[in-house]
Amino acid sequence: MGPEVLHDVTFEINPGEFRYLVGPSGAGKTSLLRLMYLAMRPSRGLISMFGSDVMMARRKELVALRRKIGVVFQDYRLLNHLSALDNVALPLRVAGAKEAEIQTHVSELLAWVGLADHIHALPESLSGGQKQRVAIARAVITRPRLLLADEPTGNLDEVLGQRLIRLFEELNKIGTTVVIATHNQNLVARNPHPVLALGSGEIHADDLAGRVG
Amino acid sequence: MIWPEEWADMARRTSAVLPLGRDAPSRFLPWVFALMVYLAVLALTGVLILHSAVERWQRGEVGTLTVQLMPVEGESEAARLALVQNLLGEIEGVLDIRVVSQSESLDLIERWLGAGNVPNDLPLPRLIDIDVAPGSGLTADSLALNLKASLPGVSVDDAKEWLDRLADFGRSLELLALAVVVLIGLAAVATVIFTTRMGISIHRNVIELLHLIGARDGYVAAQFQRQAMMLGLRGGVLGIVFALATLYGLRHVASRLDTPLAPDIPVAHWAWALLAAVPVVTSLIAMITARITALRELAKMP
Repeated sequence: MGPEVLHDVTFEINPGEFRYLVGPSGAGKTSLLRLMYLAMRPSRGLISMFGSDVMMARRKELVALRRKIGVVFQDYRLLNHLSALDNVALPLRVAGAKEAEIQTHVSELLAWVGLADHIHALPESLSGGQKQRVAIARAVITRPRLLLADEPTGNLDEVLGQRLIRLFEELNKIGTTVVIATHNQNLVARNPHPVLALGSGEIHADDLAGRVG
Repeated sequence: MIWPEEWADMARRTSAVLPLGRDAPSRFLPWVFALMVYLAVLALTGVLILHSAVERWQRGEVGTLTVQLMPVEGESEAARLALVQNLLGEIEGVLDIRVVSQSESLDLIERWLGAGNVPNDLPLPRLIDIDVAPGSGLTADSLALNLKASLPGVSVDDAKEWLDRLADFGRSLELLALAVVVLIGLAAVATVIFTTRMGISIHRNVIELLHLIGARDGYVAAQFQRQAMMLGLRGGVLGIVFALATLYGLRHVASRLDTPLAPDIPVAHWAWALLAAVPVVTSLIAMITARITALRELAKMP
């Protein structure tokens, strides 16, 4: 077992919240997100998601929990052999949605993120910003209850970055809990929401808990 | 009932999310399967040939003895034949007597030496086939003892005895050929286990992503099982085409040999159907093995 990346991290995110997870590089933001999107389990401690104890959940139960979570990965993690449409459609397909619904919803969403002309494009032919928009579309296509985004505006210009934050805020208004990991202070300042600050694997500040550690 | 659009939905849902067709195991698996199916079909043909031969030997020759009457200088062959028939007619347990004609005897010799290669002065024994009543206790030895007192130069051959030995040998070979078929099947299973594990290792990142967006293990395993089945079938068809071509060639050569040693390659429809089923069965084994292996490997992932 390697060194402990996160320790003494205690916080609660209530349904419907919009939070920023901030902190310098190496603070543990990505590790905390990986725990939250169930890519790994903690070596010790307790994580409760949607009322289920992640440590105790069986593999089959994790599937149901993961389908409630949308993730925007920092490195996009698009499948290079699938078109933009097929990448975005993936969460719907694995959940068994009807193909006719998939085509309609995915096309609309890709148009909304400005990729109407790139529906059939392979990721390799897209720019960094376009890939990121495809990744965001894939994360929100199922209208998840929790949206986790790791530096989602990192490769976008300011206008598009703002537009995507608006999308997140709209999703938040209709009930999706949003957590955005970012080191972009301008983004936080321009679109203020409560902040959870990490440093050296610990919580340094939690706006909603009203403490500075 | 599943409607066509539902089939299409199902196909799209599970189709090619993992780029399995582009990795090294997928390129090499059909050739391995082609070789295995080729060998399995040949081994299975061996089993069928031996099985039918053993059955024929045992069915046709039970309860028969053959008397051999060697020519004796100064004695009439016709008189000796008549005497032996008289003597045999008096022995209890002899059901039927059939004198093999000289042309039949010559024909038997020619099968071994080739037509026209039998010297004219070669002393040929006269053969008399006898059917023995079951349970009579009449053996080659007791019959020879009876006949030798009156007829020098007579011997009795019990076809059953050496045919039984031949049948035992045939059955051993049959088991050996079956063992080869089973070993080939096990090798196919091991190959699929190896390539599935390799595939999971190569595509671990994509599989992790699929899990994170809510894919069940069964969804991922379905991709491996379909790929294994398709590759197994593709290789299997290639293998059986080569195997049938080989059998056709062997049959052609065997038909020109005209000797009792020539193999009797199965001609029954069921036998050919059995051989044709080999690639289908192989691909089903590949599919099931890939699914079980994938599910076991996926269960180890977070």
